[in-house]
This record gives sequence, C-alpha cells and structure tokens, in this order.
Amino acid sequence: MSSYWKRNQLRIAPWLFLAPGAAMFLVYVIIPIFQSLSISFYDWDGLGEAVYIGTENYVELIDDDAFYTSLKNNVIWLLLYLLAVPLGLFLAIFLNQTVRGIRIYKSLFFFPFVVSQVVVGLMFSWFYAPNFGLLYKLIELVTGNGIAILAEEDYVTYGIIVAGLWPQIAYVMILYITGLNNIAPDQVEAARLDGAKGLKMLWYVILPQLRPATFIAVVVTVIGALRSFDLVSIMTDGGPYGSSRVLSFYMYEQALSEYGFRMGYGAAIAVVLFAIMMVFISGFIWKMWRDETER
Amino acid sequence: MTHLKTGALAFAAALLMSGSAFAQTRALSYNADFDPTPLAAFQALIADFEAENPDIKVTLNNFDHEGYKTAIRNFLTADSPDLANWYAGNRMAPFVNSGQFLDVSDVWTDNGLGDQLASAKASMTIDGKQWGVPYTYYQWGIYYNKDVYKAAGVEVPTTWDGFIENCAKFQAAGIDCLTTGSKALWPIAGIFDYLNMRTNGYEFHMDLTAGKVAWTDDKVKATFAEWAKVVPYTTENHAAIDWQDAAALLVQGKAANYVMGNFAVATFKEGGMTNDSLGFMVFPEITAGLPRAEEAPTDTIHIPAGAKNVDDAKKFLAFVARADVQTKLNAALGQLPTNKGATVDAADPFISAGFESLSGAYALAQFFDRDAPAEMAKAGMEGFQEFMVKPDRLDAILERLEKARGNIYK
Repeated sequence: MSSYWKRNQLRIAPWLFLAPGAAMFLVYVIIPIFQSLSISFYDWDGLGEAVYIGTENYVELIDDDAFYTSLKNNVIWLLLYLLAVPLGLFLAIFLNQTVRGIRIYKSLFFFPFVVSQVVVGLMFSWFYAPNFGLLYKLIELVTGNGIAILAEEDYVTYGIIVAGLWPQIAYVMILYITGLNNIAPDQVEAARLDGAKGLKMLWYVILPQLRPATFIAVVVTVIGALRSFDLVSIMTDGGPYGSSRVLSFYMYEQALSEYGFRMGYGAAIAVVLFAIMMVFISGFIWKMWRDETER
Repeated sequence: MTHLKTGALAFAAALLMSGSAFAQTRALSYNADFDPTPLAAFQALIADFEAENPDIKVTLNNFDHEGYKTAIRNFLTADSPDLANWYAGNRMAPFVNSGQFLDVSDVWTDNGLGDQLASAKASMTIDGKQWGVPYTYYQWGIYYNKDVYKAAGVEVPTTWDGFIENCAKFQAAGIDCLTTGSKALWPIAGIFDYLNMRTNGYEFHMDLTAGKVAWTDDKVKATFAEWAKVVPYTTENHAAIDWQDAAALLVQGKAANYVMGNFAVATFKEGGMTNDSLGFMVFPEITAGLPRAEEAPTDTIHIPAGAKNVDDAKKFLAFVARADVQTKLNAALGQLPTNKGATVDAADPFISAGFESLSGAYALAQFFDRDAPAEMAKAGMEGFQEFMVKPDRLDAILERLEKARGNIYK
C-alpha cells in the first residue's frame, strides 16, 4: 500500500486536491444542467406526476410572445451593459492621479458596487417614481408632463439597465484601477520620448497593457447582463404587462413564482438561456486556453 | 463566555422542565401566513382552543405572507404540518388534485357546517367533497372619499352611467375619478371581475374563469367596452405604483374612487381618513336586472395529507368553524365571519355594509386569481394592465388570452 502511494504520489496528489472542488462542481453545476435538460421534456407542476411530453415545451416556446420579449430585452441588456467597460475605463483613468484625498474619491466612486442590488433597485425605482420621484419631477419641470419610466413599455428596460450600470461601472473601474497600477512606467516614458500623448498614448501604449483587465471586465459584464434578475424583480416584477422581462426572470416566473409552477416550461427557458451563455463561455474559455498555451 | 454558558444551561433546563410539564399533551403544528393584526387575533384563538382542549398544544409557525405561497409547496411534500392556511376556489385545486390536502367532508357533516357555512361551501368543494374550513372572508366594492364628492358637488351614483357622468366632473376638478395601482397586477383584476359580473352576470363570469367561454366572445368585448369608458378617468401611471401608493392618492383627495377589498380600510384610516370621510358603495349596476354577485375572497385552513395528528387537526377545524369563535376572531380581524350564525360589529360601518352586501348577494366569486387557474390568472391580469395602458390593443390582447386558454385548460 505505502509503496504504491510512494510510487504514484506525484500523479495522485493533484487529483486528491481537486476532488472536493470537482465533487461540488459535479453536484451543483454539472448534474443540475442535465437535470434541467431532462425536466424540460416533461409537463410537471412540482407536486404531481411528471408527464413526458417530448419537445412540446420548446414548440410552445417558439410560439410565445413573452419569450421573444424576454429575448429582445436580453439582447438590449447585453449591448448596453457593455457600456460599463469604456465608462469604467474613463473613470479609472480620471481617478488615476495623485491629488490630496484621492483615496476618498476612489472609494466614493466604488461605493455603488458595495451597495446591495436590492438597495440599488429600490433607490432607482424611487428616482423614477411618478408624482414624487426626482427624475419624474425633473422631466415634468422641463417638458410640463412627467414620464413614469417604469410604467412605459418603451422605456422600462432602459430604466432598469441604467440602474444596473451604476454599480457595474464601479466594478469595472476598480478592475482598471488595479490594472493601471501595473502599467510599466518605462514603456510610458519611452512612448513619451517618442512623442506619443493623449489618445495615441492611450490606444497604443496603455490599453494593450490593460488587456487582462479588459478581458475580465468584459467577462463579468456579459455574465452580469445575462443573469440580470434581481433588478428586474425588484423594480418592475417584469411589468408593465411583461415588457421588462428577461429570460432569467421569465424562467423564474414560469417555474417558481406565485402564478407559475410549470417546471418543465421553466426548464426549457433555462436550457435556452444556458445555450446562449454557452456561446460566450466557450468563447472565453477558448481565449484563456489560447493564452495559456501560447506562453 | 461563562455567562453565555450558564445562560445556555438555564435555557436547556427550562426546555427540559417545560417538556416534562407538557408530557401528557399532544402537539398540533400549524403553518400560517399572518400579518401582524391577524397574527394577534389567531394567537388569541389558539389560546381559547388550548383552554378548551388542555391536552392539545398548538405550535404556530408564521411565515411571511408572500413567501408562504412558495414555501407551502415545499413543506407540504417535505415536512408537513398538521394544519396549513390557504385559499378557497381554484387556488386550492393543485393541492387537492395532487393529493396534498385531506378530505375533511366528515368535519362538515359531523358539525352541520353545510348549513352554517352555506355561503362558502361551493368554493370549498371539489369533486363533491370539502377540503378545508373557511374562517373569514371580506367584501370588495368601491371605497370613496366623501370630502372629494362634496367638493366636486356630485352624488354617490347607483348606476354605472351615473358613475361615468361623475367622472367627467371629477376630471374638470383635476381629480382622478378612479385610482388603482397595478404594479402587482391583482388590484385591477377586481375591476375586471366586477365589470364582467355586472355586464354579463355571475354564471358567465364563472364560465369564463373556468375556461368554458372564449375570450374573444362578444360578451367579453362588451365588458371591455364598459371598462374603456372609465380608462381615461383612471390614475395615469398606475402600472408603476403599488396599491398602497394609490390608497395615498385617495386619502390626499387626489382621487375619488378605488375598487378594493375591505382590508384596505385599515390603510385608508392610517392615512388619516375616518368613518366621516371614507365611504363604501357596492359596485354600481351596469346591465339592469342582473342578479347582483359580489367578490368575497375566502381564507381557509386545511389539513395536509402528511399531517401526523389528524384527529386533533379536525377538532381544530371544527372549533374554527363555530359561530362564537368566528364572531370573536373576525371582530379582531376586522373582517366578515363565514358562519351565518356569527355576528358582526354593528358600529363599524364598513363591516356592516359588507355583511349586508354579501348576505344579500345572489352569488359570491372568490377573485380572478382564485377562480381562474394560476397561469390564466397571470396572463389575464397582464392583459388587463396592457388594456388599461393601451386600450386600442384590445383585439390583440383578447387573441392572446384566447391562445393562452387553449394551452391552459386541457
């Protein structure tokens, strides 16, 4: 026994260290993925008998207006949420200077990320609220007629995205601030001697060195956009009449909310959402793999 | 640290002692979703029950009201109590059909409840059996601000046409004739229920919620035509506000009428309204000569199939159904007893008006989201909200609801 261990220690040890994590990953991630996939072929209310109905849930999904509304909103989320990356970069560069009390300013800018999403959602829904909300009053002052952002199907998604961007920008900013600390000063010096400044300096010297930070910022922002659930739930509950739903919220609504409990249909939505996420996740993994092997 | 230890020891000792003191008692666990006022009322009821049955100890596990709706599905299958709160009508159908609630028809026959609780019997019956016991219900209707009526110089209407005529005058005075907050959707379902019951009658409304009639039926369109008359006079931005925010508009005199349930009276009064400024009227007549049906959502107690102490749970149900118990309970709840032998507080104008309204009613509906299956209720209420914001989309909305009907009632 002990001689076997001695001979193979180097081969076995990494697997032993990996085992707890791998087991968790298997139980809480991999297996549920396949469970969702299988539930999506059933008609099940979570209590009674699950009836196998083949692809009927997916057929219904293709013909479901609410699904397309959610899908469209997800795309809007994805595109607009990425604004957090350039805006966060701008803030980081803006704050990357040495003045008295800069640490205080940095932490103030970082503050929205520390606040819970629930609080952010509540604050913004009061900001938009008809009759007493600050923004509502401002619009009323300028145009004479207030707009309740969260009651208008055309504005509601944008209103929620703005609320989501606020903490996300702060997050991206922090990523870039740490990135900026690691910029090689000699390269900046050399570029300066060669006459580079302003945007050229940013584009050709600073940004390439920030690539790892940009990569992480894009990853967390894309994932954040796709799982945008809490803000939708708090600010509008998917309303008015379902026009601010996103896929993750629609899945929750169908499977777990008060009027839902269609587990199969919810699982079908989850599978579609997973497929969309998989496109991005594979992209990210592929990039990481390439970076690792190039070295 | 030592303090903590001695504290824990004392606590454990106390637990042991209390355990031995009640060694002879049987336990009854009860899962419920009470807000603070009903919770106090029920704690009093449980104390009375324990006084009458010293050998039974009731343990009340109170849940958050909204969270309970999800929690019940978990605890019924995983760790079942002996008693659980729920609602009457179609809302209990999923649990009845999946065998999660016990048939308690014997409690009804043994205690003569079929006669005493006659008004609620239909809504507690599925497949000819009763599945729980109702302990309270409350009326819906129109609550109005008397001061605003006086200021605008209009009379309380008796017909829908009169109501709409008033609306024009309220609008001229810069007041919303009808207010509501549809962020949570359900408040506007009350408006639809009444409009449909007043336009087409109780039977049609029940057929519609049971999926027997098409949503594209001309009669449904007639209901929406009546609704369209009041939409221009309804609070703008109702989709962004909760029902409590709309209640504030009524309290502040910015709105005149509010279709609501009697539980809202407490909110109006907290806002500063009194019996002199707050009025209640039965929803006015639309189609002349139709027998008057009312909304009366009923709250109920059930015995889960996994209950361990079924005998005592049935004893508790029989106790809750009794006239004197319901009188006392509902006086504390500020609602209406379902037992016809019970009495109500004559000094409360809203309770007595509700009692009169319901006892004279031709039939009682539960509420849209309890009469219709959950999925249909959700789709319907979203449709109502969209109609109130974009009335010109009515045909598309009804088409969508009809499609949903085809999927849901199979």
